[in-house]
Amino acid sequence: MLDVQGKAVEAALHGLGWPGVSNVRIGRVIEFEVAGADAAAAEAEVKAMCDKLLANTVIESYRAEVG
Amino acid sequence: MKAAVIVFPGANCDRDCKTAIERSTGARVDMVWHGETALPAGLDLIVLPGGFAYGDYLRCGAMASLSPVMTEVRAAADRGVAVAGICNGFQVLCEARMLPGALLRNAGLRYVCEPVDLEVVNGQTRFTAGYQGRREVRMTVGHGEGNFFADEATLERLEGEGQVVFRYRKNPNGSARDIAGIVNDRGNVIGLMPHPDRAFEPELGSADGAVFFQSVLASA
Repeated sequence: MLDVQGKAVEAALHGLGWPGVSNVRIGRVIEFEVAGADAAAAEAEVKAMCDKLLANTVIESYRAEVG
Repeated sequence: MKAAVIVFPGANCDRDCKTAIERSTGARVDMVWHGETALPAGLDLIVLPGGFAYGDYLRCGAMASLSPVMTEVRAAADRGVAVAGICNGFQVLCEARMLPGALLRNAGLRYVCEPVDLEVVNGQTRFTAGYQGRREVRMTVGHGEGNFFADEATLERLEGEGQVVFRYRKNPNGSARDIAGIVNDRGNVIGLMPHPDRAFEPELGSADGAVFFQSVLASA
């Protein structure tokens, strides 16, 4: 899928003298705390949050880390 | 004839839509706050207006698609009520998965604000029947994220099933197959980036948007 921000940043890096850079992709990091849950429960909750709101899997993939 | 415009925090075309529908059709238009859990009875059309719902934070349309009122909008669509998402409203409908695909950042990375010439690809929908075979209409766009994306299989299905309703003559945002507007498979939920609400009187440069509202309410 076309990542237009990634393309623009890649062109800038080439212009700054790093011609070997390719496949620049820009994503985001979302950090938060979850109250009370143990790690396994939190992981299940976070996955549900990603599927419901945090990621749009039509255009994004995601990876969740608890800890 | 009765219509409702959903008011999300950050919407900025909600009153434009109300005025456009009233002046184009004479329909009564209720404004419905996004936190409502019921819609007015007897609606023929629900409009999700343009703007920047929830500040476009996270992804444009993402949080608005989960607003309390959207449960009711989805239920109304399931009953066959016409739903039109204009600009930000199109983004909301995609995030709600009421329409396929997504709207990405414009390919040129610039916000585009200009009149656009559109091809009416499907003039048989309840939103476009009023064009009576006209293939060229003019509206305006104003968006930073109008670059329609869907996988190839979805694009093929949209084209094959007549769900591509409007196409740009000159693509302003890089959208797949020049798509400017699509309708769901049932034909009652449309999303489009161009604004019929900004093109409903000749003084605005075009009155072609009036026909959009007249069509859908005439079919009610």
